[in-house]
Amino acid sequence: MTEANHAERTRPQRAEDQRDILDIVGLTVALPGRTGTGTTVLHGVDLRLKPGGIHGLAGESGSGKTMTGLAVMGLLPPGARARGRVLLDGEDLLSLSAHELGAVRGRVVSMVFQDPSTCLHPMLTIGHQLTDHLRHHLKIGRKEARGRAADLLGRVRIPSPAEALSRYPHEFSGGMRQRVAIAAALACEPKVVIADEPTTGLDVTIQAGVLRLLRGLCDELGLAILLVTHDLGVMSAIADEVSVLKHGRVVESGPRARVLTAPRHGYTRSLLEALPGRTAT
Amino acid sequence: MTFVLTNLVPGDPATANLGEQASSDPAAVAEYRRQHGLDQPLPIQYARYLEDLARGDLGQSQQSHQPVLTDLRAAVPATMELAALAILLSLLVGVASGVVSALHRNRLGDHVLRVLSLLFVSMPTFWLALVAFYVFFDQLGWAAGSGRLDPGVTAPANVTGLYTVDAVLAGQWFTFWNAVSHLILPALVLTAHTVGLLTRFTRSAVLEVLSQDYVRSARAKGLPERTVLVHYVLRGALVPVITVAGLAFGALLSGTVLVESIFAWPGLGGYAFRSATTFDLPAVMGVGLVIGTIYLFVNLAVDVLYGVIDPRARVQ
Ligand SMILES: Nc1ncnc2c1ncn2[C@@H]1O[C@H](COP(=O)(O)OP(=O)(O)OP(=O)(O)O)[C@@H](O)[C@H]1O
Ligand SMILES: [Mg+2]
Repeated sequence: MTEANHAERTRPQRAEDQRDILDIVGLTVALPGRTGTGTTVLHGVDLRLKPGGIHGLAGESGSGKTMTGLAVMGLLPPGARARGRVLLDGEDLLSLSAHELGAVRGRVVSMVFQDPSTCLHPMLTIGHQLTDHLRHHLKIGRKEARGRAADLLGRVRIPSPAEALSRYPHEFSGGMRQRVAIAAALACEPKVVIADEPTTGLDVTIQAGVLRLLRGLCDELGLAILLVTHDLGVMSAIADEVSVLKHGRVVESGPRARVLTAPRHGYTRSLLEALPGRTAT
Repeated sequence: MTFVLTNLVPGDPATANLGEQASSDPAAVAEYRRQHGLDQPLPIQYARYLEDLARGDLGQSQQSHQPVLTDLRAAVPATMELAALAILLSLLVGVASGVVSALHRNRLGDHVLRVLSLLFVSMPTFWLALVAFYVFFDQLGWAAGSGRLDPGVTAPANVTGLYTVDAVLAGQWFTFWNAVSHLILPALVLTAHTVGLLTRFTRSAVLEVLSQDYVRSARAKGLPERTVLVHYVLRGALVPVITVAGLAFGALLSGTVLVESIFAWPGLGGYAFRSATTFDLPAVMGVGLVIGTIYLFVNLAVDVLYGVIDPRARVQ
């Protein structure tokens, strides 16, 4: 029955045997501790993303969701050590040099960060921040980049996108800034986007709009999304697969319908029970 | 303001300016006071002072026996030349070493720069001036002597009052290099404190910005590290750096008082020193006015720069 639910999705089902675009194998991350011993925040995490798929990553605060994203991006805090493999289209990101990683970041894999109000530079225009990486990665001119940026802003439903380019972050609401950040992450048409709580703090209608946008991009462009959220409601609305993290370990992973309706792990069940107006079956 | 402060000073200009013998003669003192209007009650003195000020008359210096305005006209450009060079050098060196220090946080380069900047900040400027003068002029003979030019070199035609600029305008290269050679040592002495100050503040400002989410976002976009540094980090650190630069300029001006006296630099600082120690009140008040005006303009410039750098600070 759960499989039937899954097949009911309106969008075309991607071939099951399609190669994973992002394959995280045994990712272990240790952060330098105050005493020098270091604390391990991720213990052998495995996650796989298919092109065009949305993989939801749930887990309570501090479980290591953001760390997983940062490890993929190679943006762990200074002194952190990552082991395991992060295969992006077959290439291990953990083994890349800083220079090689620079060519991948923002171009093949990008990240939308958790706090929208602080992730844009307050003294640079939206246009500057939407086009600098576009121009760097795609080697296009200023005018063309601005055209594309305005296009993107339109797609994330920013009103009068052309004027918005010459405005500064403080002239936008938190929700708009969040959508600008999403636009920046999508600018170079990456294959994978890590979206860390992209809808937290947005009101319900805008949240729905952002989720629809992400879903649409997956279907249209074959974009794969690692959607970090502790909102299981968002998860059930959009994710194809769901993984649940606890204390840096994946305790549950599988198709959305199976995980959310028939959780195997007690922890997932308790998460589901914590949802208002909802009980785990 | 300057009027009140200068009149509060417990000293008597009459005794200070008349000399040992005359000041013991009550008649001479009374005559001196009458001549300079000092026998009038303070409010009347003040009204007279304002009246003269409105006419552009700052009074007569009791030391140089010239109008204070004439003295200031000569002194201000001399100090400006020195202070401008010093603040430029401080900004160049201080900001650069602050950035380097922050980027090498807790590594050898950082430690060295932090110790040096602490040393520079805490070194008394007058002491440094004496040591520098003794070592580089007396002992090594590397630096040019005191004053703005060697004796025998005539000043270039007065356009801006800045000898270096005027010499260039007149095409007098020998005079230019001579003026530069006289500028360097006092300017470097003045620079020490502000370089230390700017290094320390730039370091902490850059570290603060480096930990900001927007820098991480810039890196996540795959921008080259140089672009991240120039466009995102330095831009973010500019506001605190400008603030400190404004304060540093103030510190630098007060440093000129003793540095100019030691290097016999005919500027505002030396003039302030001489007029204060001889209770030459019109001169002291004139200097106060000029310094106040300079501070005002520096603060204004800092405010304008805030608006240029940070769109949030712009008046809507
Ligand atoms: N800069 C850091 N230095 C040391 N430890 C850190 C740092 N950042 C996070 N941690 C620790 O790493 C662990 C995982 O944190 P992470 O930010 O990945 O959690 P999260 O699942 O994203 O939580 P949230 O839902 O609150 O965002 C936590 O225990 C946290 O205390
Ligand atoms: Mg997080």
